[in-house]
Amino acid sequence: MSFTFTEDQKLLSESADRFVLDDYNFETRRKIIGQDGGFDRDNWEKFAELGWLALPIAEEYGGLGGSTVDTAVLLESFGRGLVVEPYQSCIVLSAGLLQVAGNEEQKRQHLPSIAEGKTLLSFAHIEPTSRFNLCHIRTTATKQGDCFVVDGEKAIVHNAETADYFILSTRTEGDINDENGITLFLVPSNSSGIEMRSYPTIDGLRASEISFNSVKVDKQNVLGELNKAAESIQQVVDRACVLLCAEAAGAMDTAVKLTVDYIKNREQFGQAIGSFQVLQHRAVEMLGAKDFSRALTYRAAGAIDQSNASERMRAVSAAKVEMGRSGKLIGQEGIQLHGGMGMTDDMPIGHFFKRLTMIDAIFGNVDFHRKRFAQII
Amino acid sequence: MWLQCVLVAVWGSPDYLRLFKESEVMDLILTPEEEKFRDEVRAFVAENITEDIRKKTMTGFRLDKVDHESWQKKLYEKGWMAPGWPVEYGGTGWSPMQKHIFEEECAAGGAPPVIAFGVTMVAPVIMAFGSDEQKEYYLPRILKSEDWWCQGYSEPGSGSDLASLRTKAVLNGDHYIVNGQKTWTSLAQHANLMFCLVRTSDEGKRQEGISFLLVDMNQPGVTVQPIKTIDGSTEVNNVFLEDVKVPVDNRVGEENKGWTYAKYLLGHERTSIAAVGRSKAQIKRLKTIASAEEHNGTALINDQAFREKIADIEIDLLALESLVLRVLSDESAGKGPGPEASFLKIKGTEVQQGITELLIEAIGNYAHPFIPESMDKGWNEEPIGPEYASSIAPHYFNWRKASIYGGSNEIQKNIIAKAVLGF
Ligand SMILES: Cc1cc2nc3c(=O)[nH]c(=O)nc-3n(C[C@H](O)[C@H](O)[C@H](O)COP(=O)(O)OP(=O)(O)OC[C@H]3O[C@@H](n4cnc5c(N)ncnc54)[C@H](O)[C@@H]3O)c2cc1C
Ligand SMILES: Cc1cc2nc3c(=O)[nH]c(=O)nc-3n(C[C@H](O)[C@H](O)[C@H](O)COP(=O)(O)OP(=O)(O)OC[C@H]3O[C@@H](n4cnc5c(N)ncnc54)[C@H](O)[C@@H]3O)c2cc1C
Repeated sequence: MSFTFTEDQKLLSESADRFVLDDYNFETRRKIIGQDGGFDRDNWEKFAELGWLALPIAEEYGGLGGSTVDTAVLLESFGRGLVVEPYQSCIVLSAGLLQVAGNEEQKRQHLPSIAEGKTLLSFAHIEPTSRFNLCHIRTTATKQGDCFVVDGEKAIVHNAETADYFILSTRTEGDINDENGITLFLVPSNSSGIEMRSYPTIDGLRASEISFNSVKVDKQNVLGELNKAAESIQQVVDRACVLLCAEAAGAMDTAVKLTVDYIKNREQFGQAIGSFQVLQHRAVEMLGAKDFSRALTYRAAGAIDQSNASERMRAVSAAKVEMGRSGKLIGQEGIQLHGGMGMTDDMPIGHFFKRLTMIDAIFGNVDFHRKRFAQII
Repeated sequence: MWLQCVLVAVWGSPDYLRLFKESEVMDLILTPEEEKFRDEVRAFVAENITEDIRKKTMTGFRLDKVDHESWQKKLYEKGWMAPGWPVEYGGTGWSPMQKHIFEEECAAGGAPPVIAFGVTMVAPVIMAFGSDEQKEYYLPRILKSEDWWCQGYSEPGSGSDLASLRTKAVLNGDHYIVNGQKTWTSLAQHANLMFCLVRTSDEGKRQEGISFLLVDMNQPGVTVQPIKTIDGSTEVNNVFLEDVKVPVDNRVGEENKGWTYAKYLLGHERTSIAAVGRSKAQIKRLKTIASAEEHNGTALINDQAFREKIADIEIDLLALESLVLRVLSDESAGKGPGPEASFLKIKGTEVQQGITELLIEAIGNYAHPFIPESMDKGWNEEPIGPEYASSIAPHYFNWRKASIYGGSNEIQKNIIAKAVLGF
């Protein structure tokens, strides 16, 4: 396991940081969020040209075959500027699942076009009552001749309204919480019977509640083995968790810098408030929280491609717990040290706080991962 | 028995010392008269709070100006608008325990919080330092909620260091001409009056050049500009003052003594800022939500780790309540709130924030959707996810303000360090 970046990773990090610095300032981001679909298609094209969309995709399908650490490097930079383009939902989760579960034909048909930025996918998995249990699936898919008929509700599906296809999880056998009996489908988003209610999320992304009402899906669109999708989902969501932590590491880095900068400049009582030792120590705690979380995240990212399931789950859960705690501390203290200014929508710090809070509240919060970690001793 | 003796020895006054029932730890043991009083308040709240208002208060949806005013007018008619005031001005003459019961029952019944700027903030200052004319004019109007007050202390350059304020008032015959900017002025959009600290002298100590003015907001030169906060709401404002005329008669007390009055006021708001009753009501709401949330095939409330986190907060709240009762009983014994009252602000806001943290945890994935309009009046679309969820994340972010306003928690600690520990 290496604890330093390779030359390629350094270059990637520099170019992604440059993009955020030049093309993704706070005001630009605000405009992008207000746009139809909630992200900038030109940016997506640019990501394709720079090879960022291809990064984690295997070489034989038009990708660059990058490791999880490579992708983490990119996402850390994205986190520094709270990039809202659908990298997590389309590339990490959906393309990730296609790659893990799809057959040769499905991969050939879709992965190159995803890498080129021409096809957008979204992962329709969470359900209204599933909380953080990945196996809690009520949405049913019933076989009818050459088709499956899908009925059910999906919740908080990020970037659904701009997706061409959904990777959809369904129950084809067993009880609601069973590991066995989960099947994935690749479903065109314009299939009849799909109803969508889209909304902004508090961290500036877009998501939807989707109902599937007798949606017919060709059996060729089953992704992977019937009833056996749980392990693929777990594996890909685990990787997504680490990459969310990487994004959080970037967000924490900026949040700490913004705060330190603010207290060095804000004057009260005739001096910079950063001259008060109580505030210095608080800023030091913030910096430490970021450093520990980032270190653990890269360790998990490095381990994840080589570990067995239980090693992987422990590494991921540890990183997610540490990130949740650090993100909360940095977000809350970031606001507090900004005083009233921290409460305003015009200051970036609050937006970092919100994103960090929402990263904790997806695919398992601190409590969830702490428990999962404890169960795999 | 020995325990009670020890407690009396440690705490002094036995008046606030009530042991808690074993089964319902959150309830105080009340005398029969107090129970009767509690039932009376409970019935009054139930009769006068509509389901719509109750829901808004409990969920943190936006309460309109009229929601507050109509409740406050009912309190006035009942004679309960100002429990903290001396009886001669319209106070209730209640014991500390009655005041506490009153707060708790109002909160439990979903009554909107009484807006503090008039009745608990400016009124005591007017009573203590105002002219007879000011008392006669303003105090009855405050009781009847005929004015909406706001607090014009903070400025862009003067937050924690309030004494550095620069909004200038220059005497010109029988009035002052006021120029400057106030900021973070809560609910100024509703206000017709602002109590305001202004600089009337640049000589000597900064604290000794400040005066306390009552400013009519509905006049030329006063501009209120909303500030959007991270939760999407606009409860705070910038207030610009340009050549605003304020009659000398609207100065409270002496010129250049405003700082003393302002500090007097701050001492008066700490017990209400602790908001014990509201936190109890929110803990109850948290338990209801945690019972409704599914978690690994059972309710979240059955999760041991989550229960223990609720317990941690409840224990903190019990400690807070005990200290509030102690301060209230000191007050009724004629001892003004000491600097320890700063602990009430610190712990009170920590408890409030702690509850918002558990609420956002409780709703899991449904922290994400953000539809600001859904918290406004008149929004009647289907909620996204469970109805109780929509305001929880905005509220969590919004409530970070509590450790900042009213003198930040760091400043409260500085006060205790100086005034109690002698640094
Ligand atoms: C078990 C043990 C082993 C040790 N071994 C060695 C050894 O092998 N060699 C050696 O040379 N020394 C050794 N020390 C001494 C150790 O380095 C000192 O105790 C330490 O530097 C603190 O100094 P002090 O005890 O004088 O406390 P003080 O310096 O008086 O500090 C008292 C408290 O004030 C805090 N404080 C002091 N200054 C500041 C400041 N500017 N800002 C904020 N807080 C402050 C401290 O953190 C501490 O909490 C040892 C001490 C212990 C307890
Ligand atoms: C939602 C909201 C509503 C408000 N409503 C009103 C209102 O109605 N009327 C009104 O007049 N004001 C109001 N305020 C203003 C509030 O009182 C100030 O925000 C507060 O006093 C802090 O000042 P500041 O924002 O300038 O922060 P700063 O004073 O700049 O403080 C920034 C940070 O530095 C810390 N700090 C500052 N000095 C020290 C020190 N000496 N030692 C240690 N730490 C220090 C602070 O604790 C804080 O964490 C409101 C504020 C908010 C957020």
